[in-house]
Amino acid sequence: MNIVLIQVLLIVVVVVVAARLFRSRGARSQAVRRLGLMLFAAFAVVSILFPNLWNRMAAVAGVRRGTDLVLYALVVAFLSFTVTTYLRFRDFEARYTRLARRLALDEVRAESTPSQTGPTSSPTAGTTASPTVPPRRDEGSNAGGDAPPATEQA
Amino acid sequence: MNDDVWLVVPLYNEAEVIGDVVAQARETFPNVVCVDDGSRDGGAAAAAAAGAVVVQHPVNLGQGAALQTGFEYALTRPDMKWVVTFDADGQHQTSDVLAMLEKARAEDLAVVFGSRFLDDRTDAGVLKKLVLRMAVGYTNLTTHTRLTDAHNGLRLISREVVEQLEITQNRMAHASELVQQIGALDIRYAESPVHILYTDYSKAKGQSLWNAVNILAELILR
Ligand SMILES: Nc1nc2c(ncn2[C@@H]2O[C@H](COP(=O)(O)OP(=O)(O)O)[C@@H](O)[C@H]2O)c(=O)[nH]1
Ligand SMILES: [Mg+2]
Repeated sequence: MNIVLIQVLLIVVVVVVAARLFRSRGARSQAVRRLGLMLFAAFAVVSILFPNLWNRMAAVAGVRRGTDLVLYALVVAFLSFTVTTYLRFRDFEARYTRLARRLALDEVRAESTPSQTGPTSSPTAGTTASPTVPPRRDEGSNAGGDAPPATEQA
Repeated sequence: MNDDVWLVVPLYNEAEVIGDVVAQARETFPNVVCVDDGSRDGGAAAAAAAGAVVVQHPVNLGQGAALQTGFEYALTRPDMKWVVTFDADGQHQTSDVLAMLEKARAEDLAVVFGSRFLDDRTDAGVLKKLVLRMAVGYTNLTTHTRLTDAHNGLRLISREVVEQLEITQNRMAHASELVQQIGALDIRYAESPVHILYTDYSKAKGQSLWNAVNILAELILR
């Protein structure tokens, strides 16, 4: 049965793509993702020029119709997009969590400087975080997007 | 007494009860830090009025993030020896914390987890019990721990361990993450029976069981 071939192939691809995206961060995986995207675009152009190409490839892979193959490819692409986006959001969230935490802790420190011990009795809580907190050094500015490997917990 | 203990209380929209909870807790444990998470109900002011230190996140980050903030605050207090994670909704009791402290001191433990399932005082629903059992099963399977209740908000953690914790799961998956990080440390821990009060208030506000699915997804997609 030819169907089995394509199934095995697709499952392997899905797992490999997912695993790669799960496990790796940093410049290399970003580059791989971008290359993948370019390949995808190039492929789209080629297949527009030669509509029959997918059919021939499908036959090689053991799928009946070219459209099915396109569908499978899209599924894989969509999956990896979802995972990548999710991971990006997580990185982003980790960063703004650190920012918010720093703000919150600095605010308390500023409030409690006059009296040493004992909780602040003045119910000043509820006031909004004042933007007058003294300027601080930034937590490493990663303009590139991907954080250096050392900062993230495995 | 108990000057070396800090209660870390994650606080989110609990204005109705937080004043009483803090006041009552402070009869036994004078040091309470509430980490308010962008509540919109004046709970932070109530907590401060009751004598808690209030650390306010500018936006809602989640219970796990609040605990980590509370830990970092507690670490700024040089005389802190123990941190207790304690819920704001009145489900936890200081008598249980005292028992945990005693156990930790007697048995030289660095962490004591509260467990609802070591005795039959806690009256959780059948479905809730089932989900919690499955959760602890999963946690035991994926970490090197043997616990009976991994998603209990009441824990006693020594300073030495708090220093080594870093919660990155902002929301509910933090409980498993905590167990995992503590399990990976070379320290002594144990469980202690606690009585979780399922009041009408806490039942109405508490986590939906559907969150089990979300927690699992957050743990897997790390
Ligand atoms: N800081 C913070 N605390 C939260 C958040 N959600 C829940 N909590 C607190 O976490 C504790 C337990 O929450 P609850 O919803 O009762 O969970 P359950 O007891 O496990 O059902 C309570 O003290 C809540 O106020 C949140 O988003 N941020
Ligand atoms: Mg609760």
